Amino acid sequence: MKLWLARRRYLIDFTLLALARRKTRNLGLLLVYTVLVFMLASVTLYSHALRQEAARVLANSPEVIVQRMVAGRHDLIPPGYIEKIGRIRGVQTREARLWGYYYDAVTRANYTFMVPAQGAPAAGEIVVGPALERSRGLAKSNGISFRSYSGKLHTFVVADVLPQASELVSADLVLMSEESFRAFFDYPAGHYTDIALSVANPLEVRNVALKLAAALPDARPILRDEVLRTYASIFDWREGIVLALLSAAILAFGILAWDKASGLSAEEKREIGILKAIGWETGDVIKMKFWEGLLVSLTAFLLGFVAAYVHVFHFAAALFEPVLKGWAVLYPRFQLTPQIDGLQVATLFFFTVVPYAAAVLVPIWKAAITDPDSVMRW
Amino acid sequence: MIELHAIRKAFNQGRENELWALDGIDLHIEAQKVTALRGPSGSGKTTLLTLVGCLARPTEGRVRLAGEDISGLPECFLTEIRRRRFGFVFQQFNLIKGLSALDNIILPAYPTGRPRKQLLERAEELLARLKLGHRRAAKVEWLSGGEQQRVAICRALINDPELLIADEPTANLDTHLAKEFMAILEGLAGEGRSILLSSHDPLVTESDVVDRVVEMRDGRIVDER
Ligand SMILES: Nc1ncnc2c1ncn2[C@@H]1O[C@H](COP(=O)(O)OP(=O)(O)OP(=O)(O)O)[C@@H](O)[C@H]1O
Ligand SMILES: [Mg+2]
Repeated sequence: MKLWLARRRYLIDFTLLALARRKTRNLGLLLVYTVLVFMLASVTLYSHALRQEAARVLANSPEVIVQRMVAGRHDLIPPGYIEKIGRIRGVQTREARLWGYYYDAVTRANYTFMVPAQGAPAAGEIVVGPALERSRGLAKSNGISFRSYSGKLHTFVVADVLPQASELVSADLVLMSEESFRAFFDYPAGHYTDIALSVANPLEVRNVALKLAAALPDARPILRDEVLRTYASIFDWREGIVLALLSAAILAFGILAWDKASGLSAEEKREIGILKAIGWETGDVIKMKFWEGLLVSLTAFLLGFVAAYVHVFHFAAALFEPVLKGWAVLYPRFQLTPQIDGLQVATLFFFTVVPYAAAVLVPIWKAAITDPDSVMRW
Repeated sequence: MIELHAIRKAFNQGRENELWALDGIDLHIEAQKVTALRGPSGSGKTTLLTLVGCLARPTEGRVRLAGEDISGLPECFLTEIRRRRFGFVFQQFNLIKGLSALDNIILPAYPTGRPRKQLLERAEELLARLKLGHRRAAKVEWLSGGEQQRVAICRALINDPELLIADEPTANLDTHLAKEFMAILEGLAGEGRSILLSSHDPLVTESDVVDRVVEMRDGRIVDER
């Protein structure tokens, strides 16, 4: 046991010595490999994060949203409309919603004004999202004025700030009472923005939509599943484009890395022969080279992955921006929450480190199993 | 110590460029003696050394080491034998570039797993003996030819082998360094170490240090002194 440990230590010592000796080659290899991992990891991290965001955004949204269409455009829901829907089997709740966008000239940003279904603030009070808290320097019980589209100034008191955790969904949210909402936007009494239906059984959603279309020909039902699917296909398409654009680079770097890793120089072959001749076992030689390759590829993997993480979550994937701009369809200002998926990391690891190890090992193995008598002839 | 019986060795066997480098060798290499193989280029000296040193296996015939037939053993046993019983000094020295003299010297001892302290002590002892102590940390590629050979000798001795095998040890040395090598050889022989070398340098083969000269030609032993 002690012997085994000692041998192991010597092997690692020598591996480190060997790595240090071929500094330029190994650094070059490390660099190429890191870039490769960086590109692949950036794409996967980005698209995974987007998918997750989309799922999160939509998780709390109702199964069906009914909009009324006039001349092909989204219009207000007039009084009595919700009653016309009547009783449809499978629909648990019907809820007329009030919400709208407000452009704040001070911060040059769009806010979403909304009347929550439950727990609406008292008249004249608002609850704001963390983005507003930051951009307008708001805190609890501060007052704030917004100039409405009709030109009138409305003053509100901030009753509360929404928690940071739900930032993505709530960053630009301003919650207010129905009265305040109608007064601010001059919203006609009895009219609503849209209607949300909750359907407990996912299998019934389609039926509900069909019945709605029959009962209200001017209504457009929007199904959450459809929205999700649209997002998914947009993401897949975008990811495909990014990968296609990068494929040339990935291929080039891949070939370079493979070539560098698998090309056994005459010097290395010679060394393998010498080590074997002076009493190193074939297994020891292979192990040493394996450690060498693993060390390089693991370091490259870690460096590349961390760089990709920083790139995607701290610099908003700035390098891909030209291609990725269209992602913003999902949300006006898209801020990704950092997240890592274990399976995804494992996949990336498998497709980068394993081929590398194979590339290194095959030629080494070939060189290591031949008779060492050629050392006598150099 | 080592007995060779009817040894034949072919290269490229079965192909049209087939060549029998050794063609019926019977030889007994005695312990605690200095044996030299002499012969023209291509006579098979190096090939014979690789067979004795377990770097390759004979095509036909038997190699006995201390009475045990080792010609059919698998590679891992041969490796073990090489490590424990033989020390090699190659013609081109074959040191590992980029490593210091000291690191090169202890390299054959790694697989034995002996404690580092013990290895370093042994290496220092050898370095001192071959007057190399001051060059221990130098990278081997910066050493002169004579120094490189002495590092190679130290490396060959680190595991305290029974037999030292040297192929053309003076081929890359000038007369002065060759004489120095012979002095080292004399010292080792005086300790009772067995030595097998090949050479066509008269400085070696005519030397008093050499107990026995085996004359080779075309893969056969033709004379002995
Ligand atoms: N790997 C090999 N493949 C084919 N032929 C070989 C191989 N190694 C040696 N030979 C041939 O075997 C013969 C004996 O070679 P060897 O190296 O043993 O001779 P030598 O006596 O050591 O010669 P020198 O004095 O030039 O070193 C030579 O004809 C050589 O060309
Ligand atoms: Mg030779």
